[in-house]
Amino acid sequence: MSEGKHQKRYLQLRDYWRANVRLIQVLLLVWALTGLGGGVLWVKQLNQFSIGNLPLGFWLAQQGAILLFVALIFIYARAMDSLDKRYEVEE
Amino acid sequence: MPVETWTYLIVGFTFLAYLYIGYLSRVRDTKGFYVAGQGVPPVANGAATAADWMSAASFISMAGMIASMGYDGSVYLLGWTGGYVLLALLLAPYLRKFGKYTVPDFVGDRFHSQTARGVAALAAIFVSLTYVAGQMRGVGIVFSRFLGVEIAIGVMIGMTVVAFFAILGGMKGITWTQVAQYMVLIIAYLIPAFAIAFMLTGILIPQWAFTTSDLVPRLNQIQMDLGFQQYTQPFQSKSMLDILAITLVLMMGTAGLPHVIVRFYTVPTVRAARYSAGWALLFIALLYTTAPALAVFARYNLIHTLQGKSVEEVRQIDWFSKWEATGLLQYADKNGDGKVQIAPGDAFEKTAGKPDFKKPNLKSANEVHIDNDIIVLSTPEVARLAPWVIALVAAGGLAAALSTAAGLLLVVSSAVAHDVYFRMLNPQATERQRMTVGRWTILGALLVAGYFGVNPPGFVAQVVAFAFGFAAASFFPILLLGIFDRRMNHQGAIAGMVVGLGFTAWYVIGNKFFDQPAWFLGISAEGIGLVGMLLNIASALIVSRLTPAPPEATQAIVDHIQKPGGETAAEQSH
Repeated sequence: MSEGKHQKRYLQLRDYWRANVRLIQVLLLVWALTGLGGGVLWVKQLNQFSIGNLPLGFWLAQQGAILLFVALIFIYARAMDSLDKRYEVEE
Repeated sequence: MPVETWTYLIVGFTFLAYLYIGYLSRVRDTKGFYVAGQGVPPVANGAATAADWMSAASFISMAGMIASMGYDGSVYLLGWTGGYVLLALLLAPYLRKFGKYTVPDFVGDRFHSQTARGVAALAAIFVSLTYVAGQMRGVGIVFSRFLGVEIAIGVMIGMTVVAFFAILGGMKGITWTQVAQYMVLIIAYLIPAFAIAFMLTGILIPQWAFTTSDLVPRLNQIQMDLGFQQYTQPFQSKSMLDILAITLVLMMGTAGLPHVIVRFYTVPTVRAARYSAGWALLFIALLYTTAPALAVFARYNLIHTLQGKSVEEVRQIDWFSKWEATGLLQYADKNGDGKVQIAPGDAFEKTAGKPDFKKPNLKSANEVHIDNDIIVLSTPEVARLAPWVIALVAAGGLAAALSTAAGLLLVVSSAVAHDVYFRMLNPQATERQRMTVGRWTILGALLVAGYFGVNPPGFVAQVVAFAFGFAAASFFPILLLGIFDRRMNHQGAIAGMVVGLGFTAWYVIGNKFFDQPAWFLGISAEGIGLVGMLLNIASALIVSRLTPAPPEATQAIVDHIQKPGGETAAEQSH
C-alpha cells in the first residue's frame, strides 16, 4: 500500500473510533439521565406526575428505565452496523 | 396427583433434559471447552447469559426484597439491568475482538504483565468460588423446601447434574443447558405472576396490571393506615446518595463480573457480541420488570389476607400453616387479642442476623415475620394454581441456581487451567493436558462449592453481597482503561487495582466487622465500591502518566481491539 493511501486509511480508522466514542457518550448520557437522574436524583419531583396509577419517578425506577436500557443496547448495535459499513471495518 | 409427585416428575424431567443436552454438546478441544468454539448464535447467547446471570437469589429472593423495601428496592432493578448497557457499549465488543479465552488473559496480555494476570486470575477464582457456594446452597434449599429432602442430599444431586454437563461439555455444554434452563425459569416465573395479576386486578399482564390498576394506590393507603410510609415513597431506608452509589456499584460490578463477560467470548463476531448483549438484557428484563409487579401483588395480598383476622381463621389457610411450619412465616400474638397485626418493625428479635422465634420483639407491634423468599415461593398457592405450577416453580429455582453455578465453575476452571497452569506454569502443555486439568478443576471446584453449600461459612453471604463492590473497584475500571486508554500501562493498572480494591476492602471490613461507622458521606459498605472505582481510575491515570508508555506491541493490541474487522492501522504499517 502506498504511503498516501496508508495515511488516508489511518485517518479513516481514527474517525471511525471517534464516531464510536461520540455515539457511546450520547447513549450513556441518556442512560444516566433516565436511570440515575429520573430513577433516583429527581424521583421526588417526578413523582408529582403519574403514569397510569404509578408515580412517574417510581415507574421509571422499576419499569421504564429497564425498558429503555434494552432499547439503548439495540440502538447502539444498529448504529454500529452502519458505522462499520461506512468505514469498511465489517467482519 | 399431589404436589410432591409433580415436583419429582417435573424436576426429574428437566434434569434429564439438561443431562441429554450436555451429552449432545460434549467437546474435545480447549476452544470448545472454554468458549464453546465461538459458535454460539447471538439470541442463544442472550438466553444463556440471562440464565447465567439470574441466580437463585434473583429467582427466589429478589421480588421479596423489593416487596419489603418498596421504592428503595429499585437499586437491584436499576443496578442489575443498567450494568448490561455498560457491558454492551464499553466492554463486550472489544473483549470479543481480543478473542482469547478469559478475563485474566486480556488483563495479562494488554498490560504485558504476569503479575497482573496472576492477580486477575486469583480475583476471578475467589469471587466465583464464593458466589458458587451460594448457588449450591440454593439448590439444597429448593430441594428441602419442595421435597423435604435433606439440604446435603439436595446439594449432592445438584452437584452430580452440573458435574456431568460441565465436565463433559465445558462452555459448550454449559451454554446449551443454560438456554434450556432460561426457558424453564422464565416460564416458572411468569405463569404464577400472570395468574396472581389476573386474580387481583383482572388484568393478565403483570407489568400492565402493576402500572394501570389501582393496586399500588390501595397498597399505599393500607401502608399508611398501618403506620408504614407509602410503598412508593423514596429513600425510606437509605439516603439518596447511598441509593445512587449502590445502584452504580451494582451496575459496574455486573459489567465487571468474569462469568458474565466470558459469555461474550462465545459468539462468532464483534457484531454478534453487541446484539447478544441486547438479547440478554431483553430476556433478563422479562423477569426484572415482572419482579416489582409480583412484589406489589404479593405484599398487598398478604396484608389484605392476614391483617386483623383471627388466629383460627388465618391458620385455616393451608399455605399459612405450611409456611409457618418451615419458619418462613411466623406469628406471635404479642398483645393477646387473638388477632393478627401487621406493623412496621421486626416481629422477632434477631440473633446473628436471623430472627429468633423464641423472642418476640416487644418494641414493635408487628406480630408476623414474613421471609422475603415467601413472596415468590407462595404465589402459586396464594393464587390457587394447580399443583404442577408449584412443581414448576421448584424446577425454575433449580434451573436458576444450576445455570449460574455452571457458569461460575467454568470461570474457576479456566482461571486455573488456562491462566495459571497454561499461561504461567507450563506454556508447553498440550491440548490434552490442558483439557485434563480443566476438567479436574471443575470437579475440584464443585467439591469445594458443594462442601460450603452444605456447611456455609458466615463469610460467604457477606462476600457475595460485596462481590459487586469488589468487581466494580477492580475489574471494571481496569478493563475500561485497557480498552479506551492507549497510554495505560501496567504500572497504572496495578496501582489502580491496589488502591481501588484496597480502599474498598478496608472500608467494607471496617464497617462490617469492626463497627466503624459509614464515615465517608454516609455511604454504606454496599455502595462504597463507587468511591473505590473512582480512586482506581484516578490512581491509574496519574501513575500511568508518570511512567513510560506501554511498548508498541501493547499499543497495537489496543488498536486491534478497537476495530471489528481484521485490519488495523498498526497491522497495515508492517
